[in-house]
Order: sequence, then structure tokens, then C-alpha cells
Amino acid sequence: MKSLQAKQAITAWKMLSISLILLMLVAAYPLAKTFYFSFTNARLDDLEGATFNGIENYKTLFNDELWWQSVGTTLKFTGISVSIELVLGLAIALALSKDFPFRSFVRAMILIPWAIPTVVSTRIWEWMYNEQYGFINHILLKLHVVDSAMAFLAEPSMQMYSVVLIDVWKTTPFMVLLLLAGLTTISTEVHEAAKVDGATPWQSFWKVTLPLLKPTILVALTFRVLDSLRVFDVFYVLFSNNEKTSTMSIYARTQLIDFQEMGIGSAASVMIFLIIGIFILMQTLFLRKET
Amino acid sequence: MKTLLVIASLLLITTSAQAKKITIACGAVGQEFELCKKNSEAWAKATGNEMNYVQTPNDADARLGVFFQTFAAKDPSIDVVQIDIIWPGALANHLIDLRDHIDKKHIDLHFPAIIKNNTGANGAVYALPFWTDAGVLYYRKDLLKKYNKTVPENWDQLEETAKLIVEKEKNPKLSGFVWQGKSYEGLTCNILEWLDSQDAGRIIDPKTGEITVNNPKAIKAIERAAKWIGTISPKSVLNFSEEEARGMFQAGNAVFMRNWPYAWKLVNAKDSSVKDKVGVAVLPKGADGGKHSATLGGWNLAVSKYSKNPKEASDLVRYLSSPEVQLERAIEGSYNPTIASLYKDKKLIAANPFFQQLYDVFVNAVGRPSSISGKDYPKVSTAVRSRVYRVLNGSSTAEKELKGLEEDLNKLKKNWSK
Repeated sequence: MKSLQAKQAITAWKMLSISLILLMLVAAYPLAKTFYFSFTNARLDDLEGATFNGIENYKTLFNDELWWQSVGTTLKFTGISVSIELVLGLAIALALSKDFPFRSFVRAMILIPWAIPTVVSTRIWEWMYNEQYGFINHILLKLHVVDSAMAFLAEPSMQMYSVVLIDVWKTTPFMVLLLLAGLTTISTEVHEAAKVDGATPWQSFWKVTLPLLKPTILVALTFRVLDSLRVFDVFYVLFSNNEKTSTMSIYARTQLIDFQEMGIGSAASVMIFLIIGIFILMQTLFLRKET
Repeated sequence: MKTLLVIASLLLITTSAQAKKITIACGAVGQEFELCKKNSEAWAKATGNEMNYVQTPNDADARLGVFFQTFAAKDPSIDVVQIDIIWPGALANHLIDLRDHIDKKHIDLHFPAIIKNNTGANGAVYALPFWTDAGVLYYRKDLLKKYNKTVPENWDQLEETAKLIVEKEKNPKLSGFVWQGKSYEGLTCNILEWLDSQDAGRIIDPKTGEITVNNPKAIKAIERAAKWIGTISPKSVLNFSEEEARGMFQAGNAVFMRNWPYAWKLVNAKDSSVKDKVGVAVLPKGADGGKHSATLGGWNLAVSKYSKNPKEASDLVRYLSSPEVQLERAIEGSYNPTIASLYKDKKLIAANPFFQQLYDVFVNAVGRPSSISGKDYPKVSTAVRSRVYRVLNGSSTAEKELKGLEEDLNKLKKNWSK
């Protein structure tokens, strides 16, 4: 006689099996294949002729300055843009959680940047950044902030921040949406209780809202960090294969497609997988400790 | 069962006699797409087939990536591809031998050098020329005349003239010289011209295969180009490909431009701010020694090995590379023909006066080291432009980067000299 618990477990596995099989097919198989190719000398135009070459690809990868530079660029981009998005997102979410006329309309409106495909919005921004006819230079010149037009996308020191601005513009709404959902779960009673106890709005934010919002923030951060670490589109649309702005994904693509080096490209993909995996692990552990 | 088979085979026969749907992937820079579509439609109508079009990225590297991906998947959805003159070596595995479907007489109409470039070691002809290209110098006739300047013979003169005109014009939007400085294939083309015109070699010696790029003249040539940025060229030139340069020149915001001949029709179009104010010349040479130089470009048409209709696709290639289409494209879009006799056509000369003047430039244009490095060419080109780009954006010196480039190329060389 099986216990109720065991029965429930069996039912759970049965129900999960379909999605697990699907997951195996669409995720595990390509992943395994990538792992396999990363230990071979495969070329994209000759996959059948691949032979095993041990950790040769990883050696090449680790000795390639450009790979480490791409890792650095990606981490820097993720660090800067996700932090800005979090602070901005939190501020906007707090503002939008208050009652005001046309609230739902405004809430829908802020999602527009998020809804535009990245390639399209990046092209729009590229025009706005243009040194000759760009809107941004036009405004800066009119306001006498700068004396001569700035080459935002050509100046190495400004390239990263130009991209960060696009990303912040695009993904802050996503952050707002997640945080707003978290804010609605905090009951008004706790805030009222804080008020009765004589807490200032500032204290109420730090001592009540923020701790209660922490799990949501962590989930939102996980999503955003994951997304940023595999950033490809914004950088590629603006700069193609420029080494200065190469991200991990662009590096992998260049090896895989442009150079046809399936082996090295796969090794880079595996590394991206591991790096992202470490981040997820850290965040999950942190989340578990918190809750 | 038998009747079923009969019906099935009948169906097969009728479908094969039906119109074939041929998919062509042509470029979309300037008027490319428009003209490609127009001529392909004419072919489809005459032969009773149907056309389908795939638009490809303007950036040549990105375009090659799309083809690599499509071919690696053995995808039959593209029949005819428009490929760069530097790609036959890299793509040959995926292309059919056009000699199987196209008459030798037709192949022999074209410039022998280009046919040779498109021919594999086994004699197979993988692509037929669509048009040829060579880097040329566009200049503002009106501005040169206003300041009593001649077309620059050498780079020093170009710098002086550009500087003088920009200073005197007092137009904050006007720049002296625009070119292709983004880190992509176009930059490699510009670099080759700087080097070859200043007697600094061709990166890799075409005859011996020796890496010649690290030499004092090359260092000087790269330093010269780096000096342009922020002086006669805007800083944003570091993110320019062909169309960005043309956009600026066509808006009247540049005195000189390095570009391919396709820009001629467009800068002289009705809506261009510089219509009838533009001249075209050969690119300048080194001040002390050197010669006028131009990088060989141009696009070819090939048929995918995975195409289900190689016969029809080859016929489309034959038609698009025929004298009548090349002539039409030259007149309407200033695309250089690859058939010598067409350069004597009166209508062609009237439409593109510089075609005849620069005939020698087009025929003697300098090839990039793509044949010698074969499949490794994308790596060679990436190394060249990434290294030089560091000098251009001021983060390194020419001396250091060319030495590094020499090492990079020598490492790569081990693969292709085997």
C-alpha cells in the first residue's frame, strides 16, 4: 500500500514528464551537441569530418585576449545597465503604484519601448546619435551643452554608455512591470501600521517596502542579468564585429559563423552557458536564504 | 496500387513542367535590390517561371554570415546568391559548377581575371560576374572650382585641399573627406588602397605569399589615415560603411568621398543636394612615389548546391550576367560591366563619363588577399581591420599594431600554406 505522498509524487512526475521530454528535446539535445563540438575541430561547412581534439579549443579560447575582453565588456554592460534599470525601475514602479488619474493608461504606455523589436529601436537610436543629423546632437548644440557635435558611436569612451542608454530605455519598463507586480502584493495595512507607529515615508520605504519587495527584486534581477549576459543585438546592430564592443555572444557568433570554427565557437558557447549558470546559482542560493 | 503509382508519377511530371519558383538573394545597397528585382522579373516572364526575393544585410560580413548559416543547414530555400568577389574560395563547397548549365562562350565574355578568381583548382566556375567595382574618389567640382583647386593627385594635396575648403566655407556641417572606417570588410578595402597607393605593399605578397604588411611605408600610411580623423574626416567616420559616407556626401556635407561607382547615379539623382556638382577620379597616390590604386570589388552570381532547380537558377545567372542586363544596369545604376566591349557603348559613356576615363583603374584594380588565404580570408581581414582600427581610434600606435598584425598573419599562414 503506497502512501498518499508517494501517490502524489507519481502523479506529479507523470504530469511533468511531457514538459520534461519537450525540454530534453529543445534544450538538452542542442546543449549536449554544443558540448560535444567544443571538444572537436569541427568546421561549420564540414561537421561530419570533425575529429576529437581534447581541450584544444578551450586552450585557444583562454589564450585569446579578445575572448577575455568580450567577457569584460559583457560584465561591465550587465553591471551598469542592470543597476541603473533597477534604481529607475524601482522609482517609477513606486510612483505608478500610487493612485492617480489615467493610471492604467500610463502603465500601458510605459511598456511601448519594451514592445519595439530591439533591432528597430537600435536603428532609431543610431539615427538619434548621428553626428550630422542626429536629434541628440541637435539638442545638445542648441542648449550649448557641447561646442561641436559628439560622435557617440565612434568615440571609444562613449560607445558603451551609448549602448547602456538604449538598453535602459528599452528594459526599464520590464523592470517596472515586475516590481509593480511585487508592490501590489504588499498589503496597505503594513504601511498604515508603520504610519501609526510614526514612521516617515522614507523610513517606511527602507524598513517596510524594500524588505518585503526583496524577493521580487531578486527575481527581476535574475531575469535581467540573464538577459544582459547574452546581449547580442544592440551591439551587433551598432558596431558589427568591432573588437572594442564585442560581447561574449558576438565573439561566439564570429567564431561560429564568420570564421566557421564550430569547435572554438562551441567552446565559447559552453563558457557562456557556465558563466550564466554560475550567476543563476548564486542568485537562487541568495533567494533561498532570503525567503 | 499500380494506378496510384501512375497517378503519382503523372502528378510529378505535371509539377515539373509547371513554373518553377526561383529564389534570389540579392543585395540592397543603393539601387541594387530595385534593379535586381526588375531584371529577374523580366527573366521570369520570358521563361514562365516565378521569382521570390530574399533581402540580405548591407554589411558584407553579415551577409556572408547569413549565407554560411543557410548553406551549413543545406537549406534549399535560396537558389541564386549574390556573392562578393572575395567569397568564392570560402563558399565553393556549397556552389554548383556553372559550366554544367552555361555555355563556355557566355563565360568567356567576361574579364578573364574575374573568371579566374571565381574558378576553383578543379577548373569549376562557381560564379559569374554581376558587376565589378573599384574604389574611386568623388569630389565636389563646384567647391574645387570656387577655390581654384585641381583634383588631388596625391594624398598630401587631398589633405591640403580638404582643409582649405572646410576652413573657407565656414559651414560647421562640412567635412573634408569621408570614407569607410567602420570595423568591417569595407575598412579592409580602404586600408589596402592606402598601402598600395603609397608603395607599402598589399598586406600579403600575391606572388610569394609572404606577409609584407609590417614595413615603414605602411606604418606611415596608417599614421596618415589616423591623422585624418577629427581633422579632415569627422570622428563618426569610424562608424561609417558605404551608405553612411554616401549619405553625408550626398547631403552636401563632404568635399571628398572614397566610395564605389554605384554612388554616381545616386549622388546625381533628382533629390540629391549635389546633383551635377560631382566629379569622379582615381584615388590619390603617395606624395613621394607610389601609384594610383583601387581595391577590386564587385559581386558575382552563383547557384546553391542545395537548390532544387539548378537548371533554371543557372539560366537566371546567365541572363543577369548577360551583356544586355549589364548594359542596362550600368546606365540605370552605374554598375560597372565586366564585359570589355560594353565600355565602348555610347549610352553607357553618356550616363557614366568616368567609366571610360577610369577604364584602366577598373581593369587593374588590386585584389584583396582572398585567393591566397582561401577559407581563412575572413580571419585575415578581421585581423587587418581590427588592428588598424585600434590605430584609427587612437588607442594604439601603427608601429605596434602592424608588428602584431604581421605575427597574427604569420600564425594564420601556417594553415593555408600547408
